[in-house]
Amino acid sequence: MFRIDFNKLRFLVCDDNPHMRRILRTLLHSFGAREVYESEDGATALEMYTHYVPDIVITDWAMPIFDGLELSQMIRQPESKGNPYAPIIMLTGHSEKRRVTVARDAGVTEFLAKPISAKGLYQRILNVVANPRPFIKTKTYFGPDRRRNTSNTYIGAERRVGGEMEVMQQPSLLDKARTSI
Amino acid sequence: MAKPKSADIEIKSFADHHVITQPNPLRKVLRRVPEEDLDDPVARAEKALAGLSGEFKNWMAIESDRLAAAYAAVVKNGFNDVTSEELFRAAHDIKGDAATFGFPSAAAAAESLCRIIEHAPELGDVPPQLITHHINAIQAIVSERTKLDTVSTANELSRKLRGLADQYLVLVNRDRPEHLEAVLAPSIVPAD
Repeated sequence: MFRIDFNKLRFLVCDDNPHMRRILRTLLHSFGAREVYESEDGATALEMYTHYVPDIVITDWAMPIFDGLELSQMIRQPESKGNPYAPIIMLTGHSEKRRVTVARDAGVTEFLAKPISAKGLYQRILNVVANPRPFIKTKTYFGPDRRRNTSNTYIGAERRVGGEMEVMQQPSLLDKARTSI
Repeated sequence: MAKPKSADIEIKSFADHHVITQPNPLRKVLRRVPEEDLDDPVARAEKALAGLSGEFKNWMAIESDRLAAAYAAVVKNGFNDVTSEELFRAAHDIKGDAATFGFPSAAAAAESLCRIIEHAPELGDVPPQLITHHINAIQAIVSERTKLDTVSTANELSRKLRGLADQYLVLVNRDRPEHLEAVLAPSIVPAD
Protein backbone atom coordinates (compact mmCIF):
# COMPACT_ATOMS: atom_id res chain seq x y z
CA MET A 1 0.00 0.00 0.00
CA PHE A 2 1.24 3.47 -0.84
CA ARG A 3 0.78 6.76 0.94
CA ILE A 4 1.59 10.21 -0.29
CA ASP A 5 3.96 12.46 1.63
CA PHE A 6 1.79 15.51 1.24
CA ASN A 7 4.30 17.63 3.13
CA LYS A 8 6.62 17.33 0.12
CA LEU A 9 4.01 18.55 -2.35
CA ARG A 10 3.26 22.11 -3.36
CA PHE A 11 -0.30 22.90 -4.39
CA LEU A 12 -1.84 25.78 -6.27
CA VAL A 13 -5.57 26.16 -5.67
CA CYS A 14 -7.59 28.42 -7.93
CA ASP A 15 -11.25 29.13 -7.14
CA ASP A 16 -13.11 32.42 -7.06
CA ASN A 17 -15.34 31.26 -4.21
CA PRO A 18 -13.70 31.94 -0.82
CA HIS A 19 -15.73 29.21 0.90
CA MET A 20 -14.55 26.59 -1.54
CA ARG A 21 -10.96 27.77 -1.16
CA ARG A 22 -11.28 27.41 2.60
CA ILE A 23 -12.64 23.87 2.20
CA LEU A 24 -9.87 22.91 -0.19
CA ARG A 25 -7.23 24.39 2.10
CA THR A 26 -8.69 22.50 5.05
CA LEU A 27 -8.71 19.21 3.17
CA LEU A 28 -5.19 19.60 1.80
CA HIS A 29 -3.74 20.63 5.16
CA SER A 30 -5.41 17.70 6.88
CA PHE A 31 -3.97 15.36 4.24
CA GLY A 32 -0.62 16.73 5.42
CA ALA A 33 0.15 19.42 2.83
CA ARG A 34 2.05 22.44 4.06
CA GLU A 35 2.45 24.48 0.92
CA VAL A 36 -0.93 25.51 -0.46
CA TYR A 37 -1.03 28.66 -2.56
CA GLU A 38 -4.37 30.20 -3.47
CA SER A 39 -5.70 32.48 -6.15
CA GLU A 40 -9.19 33.68 -6.94
CA ASP A 41 -8.88 34.07 -10.70
CA GLY A 42 -7.09 32.48 -13.60
CA ALA A 43 -4.76 35.39 -14.33
CA THR A 44 -3.38 35.48 -10.79
CA ALA A 45 -3.14 31.70 -10.80
CA LEU A 46 -0.98 31.79 -13.93
CA GLU A 47 1.39 34.28 -12.30
CA MET A 48 1.54 32.15 -9.16
CA TYR A 49 2.10 29.05 -11.27
CA THR A 50 5.22 30.58 -12.77
CA HIS A 51 6.40 31.99 -9.47
CA TYR A 52 5.77 29.11 -7.05
CA VAL A 53 6.18 26.20 -9.50
CA PRO A 54 3.56 23.98 -7.87
CA ASP A 55 3.55 20.20 -8.16
CA ILE A 56 -0.21 19.98 -8.58
CA VAL A 57 -2.81 22.54 -9.70
CA ILE A 58 -6.42 22.31 -8.51
CA THR A 59 -8.66 24.70 -10.38
CA ASP A 60 -12.30 25.63 -10.66
CA TRP A 61 -13.75 26.08 -14.15
CA ALA A 62 -15.99 29.17 -13.94
CA MET A 63 -13.92 32.13 -12.77
CA PRO A 64 -13.50 35.80 -13.64
CA ILE A 65 -10.80 37.30 -15.92
CA PHE A 66 -9.96 33.95 -17.44
CA ASP A 67 -11.38 30.67 -16.38
CA GLY A 68 -9.95 27.33 -15.37
CA LEU A 69 -10.14 26.01 -18.89
CA GLU A 70 -8.07 28.90 -20.24
CA LEU A 71 -5.66 28.53 -17.32
CA SER A 72 -5.16 24.87 -18.26
CA GLN A 73 -4.58 25.78 -21.90
CA MET A 74 -2.00 28.39 -20.91
CA ILE A 75 -0.16 25.99 -18.64
CA ARG A 76 -0.11 23.36 -21.41
CA GLN A 77 2.14 25.35 -23.70
CA PRO A 78 5.06 23.08 -24.65
CA GLU A 79 7.31 26.00 -25.54
CA SER A 80 6.60 28.01 -22.40
CA LYS A 81 9.23 28.81 -19.81
CA GLY A 82 7.10 27.27 -17.08
CA ASN A 83 6.49 23.58 -16.57
CA PRO A 84 3.81 22.43 -19.02
CA TYR A 85 3.56 18.96 -17.47
CA ALA A 86 2.16 19.66 -13.99
CA PRO A 87 -0.97 17.65 -13.18
CA ILE A 88 -4.15 19.74 -13.32
CA ILE A 89 -7.21 18.63 -11.37
CA MET A 90 -10.35 20.45 -12.46
CA LEU A 91 -12.80 20.75 -9.59
CA THR A 92 -16.04 22.13 -10.91
CA GLY A 93 -19.78 22.43 -10.53
CA HIS A 94 -20.12 21.48 -14.18
CA SER A 95 -21.24 17.88 -14.39
CA GLU A 96 -22.19 17.27 -18.01
CA LYS A 97 -20.32 14.76 -20.16
CA ARG A 98 -19.48 17.33 -22.81
CA ARG A 99 -17.78 19.46 -20.13
CA VAL A 100 -15.59 16.53 -19.15
CA THR A 101 -14.60 16.14 -22.79
CA VAL A 102 -13.83 19.84 -23.20
CA ALA A 103 -11.72 19.85 -20.03
CA ARG A 104 -9.87 16.74 -21.18
CA ASP A 105 -9.15 18.37 -24.54
CA ALA A 106 -7.72 21.42 -22.76
CA GLY A 107 -5.11 19.20 -21.11
CA VAL A 108 -6.76 18.67 -17.75
CA THR A 109 -5.39 15.58 -16.02
CA GLU A 110 -8.30 14.72 -13.73
CA PHE A 111 -11.89 15.94 -13.49
CA LEU A 112 -13.68 16.12 -10.14
CA ALA A 113 -17.28 17.24 -10.02
CA LYS A 114 -18.59 19.12 -7.02
CA PRO A 115 -19.82 18.51 -4.39
CA ILE A 116 -16.32 17.87 -3.19
CA SER A 117 -15.48 14.96 -0.91
CA ALA A 118 -12.28 14.18 0.93
CA LYS A 119 -12.21 10.75 -0.68
CA GLY A 120 -12.75 12.06 -4.21
CA LEU A 121 -10.01 14.66 -3.87
CA TYR A 122 -7.56 12.20 -2.30
CA GLN A 123 -8.15 9.65 -5.06
CA ARG A 124 -7.55 12.21 -7.80
CA ILE A 125 -4.32 13.35 -6.14
CA LEU A 126 -3.18 9.76 -5.62
CA ASN A 127 -3.89 9.03 -9.26
CA VAL A 128 -1.85 11.93 -10.64
CA VAL A 129 1.02 11.16 -8.27
CA ALA A 130 1.14 7.38 -8.70
CA ASN A 131 -0.07 6.94 -12.27
CA PRO A 132 1.17 9.78 -14.46
CA ARG A 133 0.26 9.34 -18.10
CA PRO A 134 2.61 10.10 -20.99
CA PHE A 135 2.06 13.40 -22.77
CA ILE A 136 0.85 13.59 -26.34
CA LYS A 137 1.69 16.40 -28.71
CA THR A 138 -0.21 16.80 -31.96
CA LYS A 139 -0.96 19.81 -34.13
CA THR A 140 -3.99 20.60 -32.01
CA TYR A 141 -3.30 19.06 -28.61
CA PHE A 142 -0.65 19.02 -25.92
CA GLY A 143 -1.44 17.27 -22.68
CA PRO A 144 -1.74 13.97 -20.87
CA ASP A 145 -2.64 10.98 -23.00
CA ARG A 146 -6.40 11.05 -23.34
CA ARG A 147 -6.48 7.29 -23.75
CA ARG A 148 -6.54 5.92 -20.26
CA ASN A 149 -7.02 2.35 -21.38
CA THR A 150 -6.20 0.27 -24.42
CA SER A 151 -9.14 -1.56 -25.91
CA ASN A 152 -8.75 -4.73 -27.95
CA THR A 153 -12.36 -4.46 -29.05
CA TYR A 154 -12.12 -0.96 -30.59
CA ILE A 155 -13.38 -1.09 -34.17
CA GLY A 156 -13.32 2.57 -35.33
CA ALA A 157 -10.76 4.39 -37.45
CA GLU A 158 -7.41 5.07 -35.78
CA ARG A 159 -6.96 8.80 -35.30
CA ARG A 160 -3.26 8.53 -34.57
CA VAL A 161 -1.04 7.39 -37.42
CA GLY A 162 2.13 5.39 -36.86
CA GLY A 163 5.34 5.39 -38.91
CA GLU A 164 8.15 6.75 -36.84
CA MET A 165 9.61 9.99 -38.23
CA GLU A 166 9.06 8.99 -41.82
CA VAL A 167 6.44 11.57 -42.54
CA MET A 168 7.06 14.25 -39.97
CA GLN A 169 9.81 16.56 -41.17
CA GLN A 170 10.21 18.74 -38.13
CA PRO A 171 12.77 17.77 -35.47
CA SER A 172 11.46 16.24 -32.29
CA LEU A 173 11.16 18.30 -29.14
CA LEU A 174 14.02 16.30 -27.68
CA ASP A 175 16.29 17.16 -30.60
CA LYS A 176 15.36 20.80 -30.30
CA ALA A 177 15.99 20.71 -26.57
CA ARG A 178 19.37 19.01 -27.06
CA THR A 179 20.56 21.48 -29.65
CA SER A 180 19.59 24.40 -27.44
CA ILE A 181 21.79 23.18 -24.54
CA MET B 1 7.61 20.82 -9.73
CA ALA B 2 10.27 22.40 -11.87
CA LYS B 3 10.26 21.99 -15.60
CA PRO B 4 11.89 18.61 -16.27
CA LYS B 5 15.37 18.57 -17.70
CA SER B 6 15.35 17.72 -21.36
CA ALA B 7 17.66 14.75 -20.77
CA ASP B 8 14.98 13.16 -18.57
CA ILE B 9 12.36 13.39 -21.27
CA GLU B 10 11.96 10.69 -23.87
CA ILE B 11 10.08 11.58 -27.02
CA LYS B 12 8.85 9.09 -29.57
CA SER B 13 7.88 10.77 -32.79
CA PHE B 14 5.23 9.36 -35.08
CA ALA B 15 3.70 10.59 -38.30
CA ASP B 16 1.23 12.93 -36.69
CA HIS B 17 2.06 12.97 -33.00
CA HIS B 18 4.77 12.79 -30.36
CA VAL B 19 4.56 10.62 -27.26
CA ILE B 20 6.47 12.25 -24.44
CA THR B 21 7.43 10.29 -21.36
CA GLN B 22 9.55 11.18 -18.40
CA PRO B 23 10.42 9.51 -15.10
CA ASN B 24 7.59 10.17 -12.66
CA PRO B 25 8.58 13.55 -11.19
CA LEU B 26 6.39 12.96 -8.12
CA ARG B 27 7.70 9.48 -7.38
CA LYS B 28 9.66 10.83 -4.44
CA VAL B 29 6.47 11.63 -2.53
CA LEU B 30 5.14 8.07 -2.71
CA ARG B 31 5.89 5.97 0.35
CA ARG B 32 5.15 2.28 0.81
CA VAL B 33 3.44 1.51 4.10
CA PRO B 34 2.32 -1.79 5.62
CA GLU B 35 -1.26 -2.85 4.87
CA GLU B 36 -2.10 -2.53 8.55
CA ASP B 37 -1.06 1.13 8.60
CA LEU B 38 -3.68 2.90 10.69
CA ASP B 39 -3.15 6.39 9.37
CA ASP B 40 -6.17 7.36 7.29
CA PRO B 41 -5.73 10.75 5.60
CA VAL B 42 -9.27 10.68 4.19
CA ALA B 43 -10.82 10.15 7.62
CA ARG B 44 -8.58 12.89 8.99
CA ALA B 45 -9.77 15.26 6.27
CA GLU B 46 -13.42 14.35 6.81
CA LYS B 47 -13.00 15.11 10.49
CA ALA B 48 -11.43 18.46 9.65
CA LEU B 49 -14.31 19.20 7.27
CA ALA B 50 -16.79 18.33 10.01
CA GLY B 51 -14.95 20.84 12.17
CA LEU B 52 -15.81 23.52 9.65
CA SER B 53 -19.47 22.57 9.49
CA GLY B 54 -20.46 25.11 12.14
CA GLU B 55 -19.82 27.78 9.51
CA PHE B 56 -21.73 26.14 6.69
CA LYS B 57 -25.14 27.65 7.45
CA ASN B 58 -23.67 31.13 7.49
CA TRP B 59 -21.77 30.48 4.25
CA MET B 60 -24.93 29.16 2.63
CA ALA B 61 -26.81 32.29 3.70
CA ILE B 62 -24.11 34.43 2.09
CA GLU B 63 -24.37 32.45 -1.15
CA SER B 64 -28.16 32.69 -1.08
CA ASP B 65 -28.04 36.47 -0.51
CA ARG B 66 -25.62 36.79 -3.42
CA LEU B 67 -28.08 34.95 -5.65
CA ALA B 68 -30.94 37.20 -4.52
CA ALA B 69 -28.81 40.29 -5.21
CA ALA B 70 -27.91 39.00 -8.66
CA TYR B 71 -31.57 38.46 -9.44
CA ALA B 72 -32.49 41.90 -8.08
CA ALA B 73 -29.99 43.33 -10.59
CA VAL B 74 -31.71 41.39 -13.37
CA VAL B 75 -35.12 42.72 -12.32
CA LYS B 76 -33.76 46.26 -12.24
CA ASN B 77 -31.61 46.23 -15.40
CA GLY B 78 -32.90 43.29 -17.39
CA PHE B 79 -30.76 40.48 -18.73
CA ASN B 80 -27.47 41.68 -20.17
CA ASP B 81 -23.98 40.16 -20.24
CA VAL B 82 -23.11 41.38 -16.75
CA THR B 83 -26.36 40.53 -14.97
CA SER B 84 -26.73 37.16 -16.69
CA GLU B 85 -23.14 36.23 -15.88
CA GLU B 86 -23.48 37.14 -12.21
CA LEU B 87 -26.79 35.29 -11.88
CA PHE B 88 -25.21 32.22 -13.46
CA ARG B 89 -22.11 32.40 -11.26
CA ALA B 90 -24.16 32.78 -8.09
CA ALA B 91 -26.38 29.82 -9.02
CA HIS B 92 -23.41 27.78 -10.21
CA ASP B 93 -21.57 28.29 -6.90
CA ILE B 94 -24.64 27.12 -4.98
CA LYS B 95 -24.92 24.13 -7.28
CA GLY B 96 -21.33 23.20 -6.41
CA ASP B 97 -21.20 24.13 -2.74
CA ALA B 98 -24.64 23.61 -1.25
CA ALA B 99 -24.48 19.84 -0.90
CA THR B 100 -21.15 20.13 0.93
CA PHE B 101 -22.78 22.70 3.21
CA GLY B 102 -25.65 20.31 3.98
CA PHE B 103 -28.23 21.76 1.58
CA PRO B 104 -28.48 19.22 -1.27
CA SER B 105 -31.96 20.38 -2.28
CA ALA B 106 -30.67 23.93 -2.73
CA ALA B 107 -27.92 22.49 -4.94
CA ALA B 108 -30.52 20.68 -7.05
CA ALA B 109 -32.65 23.82 -7.45
CA ALA B 110 -29.55 25.84 -8.33
CA GLU B 111 -28.56 23.27 -10.94
CA SER B 112 -32.00 23.59 -12.49
CA LEU B 113 -31.61 27.37 -12.59
CA CYS B 114 -28.16 27.04 -14.18
CA ARG B 115 -29.64 24.85 -16.92
CA ILE B 116 -32.26 27.49 -17.69
CA ILE B 117 -29.63 30.23 -17.93
CA GLU B 118 -27.34 28.07 -20.03
CA HIS B 119 -29.87 26.59 -22.44
CA ALA B 120 -32.72 29.10 -22.83
CA PRO B 121 -32.39 30.65 -26.32
CA GLU B 122 -33.36 34.10 -24.98
CA LEU B 123 -33.26 34.76 -21.26
CA GLY B 124 -35.62 37.68 -21.68
CA ASP B 125 -38.26 35.28 -23.00
CA VAL B 126 -38.11 32.90 -20.05
CA PRO B 127 -41.30 33.18 -18.00
CA PRO B 128 -40.21 35.35 -15.05
CA GLN B 129 -42.04 33.10 -12.59
CA LEU B 130 -39.86 30.16 -13.58
CA ILE B 131 -36.74 32.01 -12.48
CA THR B 132 -38.40 33.66 -9.47
CA HIS B 133 -39.63 30.30 -8.18
CA HIS B 134 -36.09 28.92 -8.31
CA ILE B 135 -34.67 31.92 -6.44
CA ASN B 136 -37.43 31.82 -3.83
CA ALA B 137 -37.10 28.06 -3.40
CA ILE B 138 -33.35 28.28 -2.77
CA GLN B 139 -33.83 31.06 -0.24
CA ALA B 140 -36.63 29.15 1.51
CA ILE B 141 -34.59 25.94 1.66
CA VAL B 142 -31.70 27.84 3.22
CA SER B 143 -33.72 29.85 5.71
CA GLU B 144 -36.12 27.08 6.75
CA ARG B 145 -33.61 24.30 7.14
CA THR B 146 -33.65 24.26 10.92
CA LYS B 147 -37.37 23.50 10.99
CA LEU B 148 -38.44 19.90 11.24
CA ASP B 149 -39.92 18.04 8.24
CA THR B 150 -38.49 20.51 5.72
CA VAL B 151 -36.10 18.06 4.09
CA SER B 152 -38.71 16.08 2.19
CA THR B 153 -40.53 19.29 1.26
CA ALA B 154 -37.28 20.77 -0.04
CA ASN B 155 -36.55 17.65 -2.07
CA GLU B 156 -40.02 17.66 -3.56
CA LEU B 157 -39.79 21.37 -4.33
CA SER B 158 -36.46 20.99 -6.13
CA ARG B 159 -37.72 17.96 -8.03
CA LYS B 160 -40.81 19.80 -9.26
CA LEU B 161 -38.82 22.88 -10.26
CA ARG B 162 -36.43 20.69 -12.25
CA GLY B 163 -39.38 19.05 -13.98
CA LEU B 164 -40.86 22.41 -14.96
CA ALA B 165 -37.51 23.76 -16.10
CA ASP B 166 -36.80 20.67 -18.20
CA GLN B 167 -40.27 20.82 -19.74
CA TYR B 168 -39.63 24.44 -20.75
CA LEU B 169 -36.11 23.77 -22.04
CA VAL B 170 -37.20 20.81 -24.17
CA LEU B 171 -39.96 22.95 -25.69
CA VAL B 172 -37.81 25.98 -26.54
CA ASN B 173 -34.88 23.91 -27.78
CA ARG B 174 -36.85 21.62 -30.06
CA ASP B 175 -35.09 23.18 -33.09
CA ARG B 176 -31.68 23.38 -31.40
CA PRO B 177 -30.42 19.78 -31.35
CA GLU B 178 -27.15 20.57 -29.61
CA HIS B 179 -28.91 22.18 -26.67
CA LEU B 180 -31.66 19.61 -26.64
CA GLU B 181 -29.11 16.83 -26.40
CA ALA B 182 -27.37 18.61 -23.51
CA VAL B 183 -30.68 19.17 -21.73
CA LEU B 184 -31.67 15.53 -22.05
CA ALA B 185 -28.24 14.05 -21.32
CA PRO B 186 -27.74 12.53 -17.89
CA SER B 187 -25.04 13.93 -15.64
CA ILE B 188 -21.96 11.83 -16.32
CA VAL B 189 -18.73 12.47 -14.48
CA PRO B 190 -15.95 10.21 -13.25
CA ALA B 191 -17.29 8.64 -10.09
CA ASP B 192 -15.69 9.37 -6.75
